[in-house]
Amino acid sequence: MKHTFDAIIVGSGGSGLYAALEVSAKAKTAVLSKVYPVRSHTGAAQGGISAALGNVEADDPRWHAFDTVKGGDYLVDQQAAMLMAEEAVQAVYDLENRGLPFNRTPDGRIDQRRFGGHTRNFGEAPVRRACYAADRTGHMILQTLYQQCIKNGVHFYDEYQVLDLALKDNQCAGVVALQLSTGEIHVFEAKTVLFATGGFGRMFKITSNAYANTGDGPAICARRGIPLQDMEFFQFHPTGIKGLGILISEAVRGEGGILRNNRNERFMARFAPTLLDLAPRDMVSRAIMTEIRSGNGIRGDRKIDDYVHLDATHLGKETLQSKLPDITDFCKTYLGIDPAENPIPVLPTAHYGMGGIPTDTHGRVVIDNKGTLIHGLYAVGECACVSVHGANRLGTNSLLDLVVFGRRAGRHMADYVNHGDPAGIATDATDFSREWITRLTAKKKGPHGGRIFDKMQRTMMEKVGIYRTETHMARAVGEIQTLRERYMMVRAEDRRNAFNTDLLELIELGNLLDLSLITAVSALNRRESRGAHSREDYPDRDDPQWLKHTLARLEKDDVGLTYKDVDVSLWKPKPRTY
Amino acid sequence: MDIILKIRRFNPETDTESRYQDFRIEAEPDERILDVLMRIKRFQDGTLGFRKSCAHGVCGSDAMRINGKDRLACKTLVRDVAQHGEESVLIEPLRHLPVERDLIVDQTAFFERFRSVKPFLINKEPPPERERLQSPKERMAFDDATNCILCSACFSACPILEENQSFLGPAAVVQAFRFLADSRDKGFEERLPVLNASDGVWPCQNHFECTRACPRAIKITKRINETKRMIEAYQKSQSENK
Ligand SMILES: Cc1cc2nc3c(=O)[nH]c(=O)nc-3n(C[C@H](O)[C@H](O)[C@H](O)COP(=O)(O)OP(=O)(O)OC[C@H]3O[C@@H](n4cnc5c(N)ncnc54)[C@H](O)[C@@H]3O)c2cc1C
Ligand code: SF4
Ligand code: FES
Repeated sequence: MKHTFDAIIVGSGGSGLYAALEVSAKAKTAVLSKVYPVRSHTGAAQGGISAALGNVEADDPRWHAFDTVKGGDYLVDQQAAMLMAEEAVQAVYDLENRGLPFNRTPDGRIDQRRFGGHTRNFGEAPVRRACYAADRTGHMILQTLYQQCIKNGVHFYDEYQVLDLALKDNQCAGVVALQLSTGEIHVFEAKTVLFATGGFGRMFKITSNAYANTGDGPAICARRGIPLQDMEFFQFHPTGIKGLGILISEAVRGEGGILRNNRNERFMARFAPTLLDLAPRDMVSRAIMTEIRSGNGIRGDRKIDDYVHLDATHLGKETLQSKLPDITDFCKTYLGIDPAENPIPVLPTAHYGMGGIPTDTHGRVVIDNKGTLIHGLYAVGECACVSVHGANRLGTNSLLDLVVFGRRAGRHMADYVNHGDPAGIATDATDFSREWITRLTAKKKGPHGGRIFDKMQRTMMEKVGIYRTETHMARAVGEIQTLRERYMMVRAEDRRNAFNTDLLELIELGNLLDLSLITAVSALNRRESRGAHSREDYPDRDDPQWLKHTLARLEKDDVGLTYKDVDVSLWKPKPRTY
Repeated sequence: MDIILKIRRFNPETDTESRYQDFRIEAEPDERILDVLMRIKRFQDGTLGFRKSCAHGVCGSDAMRINGKDRLACKTLVRDVAQHGEESVLIEPLRHLPVERDLIVDQTAFFERFRSVKPFLINKEPPPERERLQSPKERMAFDDATNCILCSACFSACPILEENQSFLGPAAVVQAFRFLADSRDKGFEERLPVLNASDGVWPCQNHFECTRACPRAIKITKRINETKRMIEAYQKSQSENK
């Protein structure tokens, strides 16, 4: 079936919904989402959204921008970070005005708390900048934006999985999607398309990410010749529940929680004397792994699944109940412990992709160092790379990124639809998708994808994880290439049309394999350590050689790399200590 | 240990009726039922249909009936339903909603009722330059009601819906209450016709099944009763003013 709209939004997390609210007010818009909008992973975000409101102590957007740049190990585009920090303040007020139930200060203002890497006066001490609604901030953002979409009659296509993007020369023409309930292929013709498909943490074995976080948007773009930026930078959050990867928000440390090793020592004092447990995530994750490797993990056996303790027992039941109720509930449900009485066993978990589809600050997709655009194509949220997170994102800056750049992209799209002619979608637009599905369903024999999934996740976790080396990464590239070959033989067991979730998972696996390859190759080539990309064979940051963004292009079974300048117009790169 | 999942299956393209199928599978006591279902899907039978996403009880995708109770598969551990091995665990789709395939139900009716209560902040006054003020106490007045993840477990658990399929249902009332009790909201009268209709809040008879089922620990029955009291108070004040 064919549909025609002015604007298509792919994804209904925080970023997609914010853009939808803006553009749907002015142009004929549809939102496509593979899960029900309220199931999007934005709903899992816990700790907070940052803005220099200064409600509980003095703060300044310039400090926020600086922290973002330094936290990102200077790979952040600085004007973009400044813009985000400045627009943050109004963005948070807008959310409140639209009904978001933030926690409040005694005088009725939005309450704020500490979070890693956010400081007062360019690094002096932690500052209270994270606006929050208990430990359910993302849930409240998602609910509030969805409520507003209902109010404004936004048009949704729920449970439609986008498979492909249609381009005509350098112009966007629409998307191809599969309707889950029927298995029917739909063509959505539109002058402008926004990808807001979220993260891709499912390429790793242990992750805080939802099953749906399979990087469909970036993979689709990559297959259509669009480069992906800075994919080697993947954040491991220091505190996932051991074994499960379920996130224990940094807010626990923001409220005073302490990481301890098997001697009960507050080991972060050795790694970050000023910010201690509230140092940026890449540093804390490495510190934990270093402790474990030196035999200071709780078991002390130096194995990579040893763990450390996150101690929140001194916060008291009341603080835990009022400010961290979900965390308390997760600990009780999955570990059978009460964090008011026992420390939480934690280990880093794959959490956030700093890289993604390269864009400018209007969300427009930019494909090279010269600023060449794909007209009408936009990306925002975790699937995009503006770049405001550089080599390591600060906590609470992602939710902020969603609303600030979701709004900017939505506005720009609304304006764009009034100019120029539509590209018009080609009659063969669905060919690629149909061939893909046929390949997965028509075979008589072939392996199932389960094992390939498992192997990919293990390879990425073990060889392209927190600590990286040339040998390991080169091996990972080879292994992923082999898995991609085996993927061509894979066959879906399910042959039905209605809710063929087997087929959908295999499509997602294909996307993750492409992104894994791009990630591993980008990482292998960057011979330095910066932010989340930490190489044992090149332990230092190397600005003369590597102060540049990676642009990785998928070329059949290989990846071609070029590089792009970083905007360092506000602050000169300095060594990063905390 | 080995357990047996007895799963109710239905495929609209091939089945006229649902049937039960047993899957024997190794499971650890600390695993989630969702993990076990995923292993069945990836390694035993790819055709098994169920929804899932977050895997830790915050997105509302995988509500289903486990041993006759409405629960999230990702928030139910194997040890909650099987301790010794060899137990058979019954897995069925939610009730009161049409089954689309295996454990996947069509939630259209559920979401329609959710939308009917105008689940968004209604306040026509222009907002101040900064935030609208709200005291911590005012904020806590509706706190648990903000936790709803629209999973439909309460809808399935509700005994009233068994007899009266037009009842608004627990979650929609919770969502209405979330705004009625918010000091910033001015939408009581706009929501009144739906809530005060004969199929609105009134059919509820305090069975508490929804409250027991809710994976987000919302005091649903209490909130329904508070909504009834708000309507009565409003009606009283209206008649006194006449
Ligand atoms: C556990 C956890 C806690 C976090 N806590 C915080 C925090 O406290 N503060 C903070 O700032 N950040 C936090 N983050 C990060 C932040 O939540 C995410 O980066 C952000 O929510 C991503 O939002 P999004 O709009 O980009 O995508 P998502 O919310 O992930 O939404 C993606 C959307 O795309 C749709 N989609 C995907 N593929 C397709 C396709 N092929 N076709 C159609 N639709 C598709 C999905 O259906 C979904 O609607 C946290 C992340 C996690 C995992
Ligand atoms: S009230 Fe509870 S059970 Fe009902 S839909 Fe909401 S979260 Fe689910
Ligand atoms: S998968 Fe999200 S609630 Fe269970």
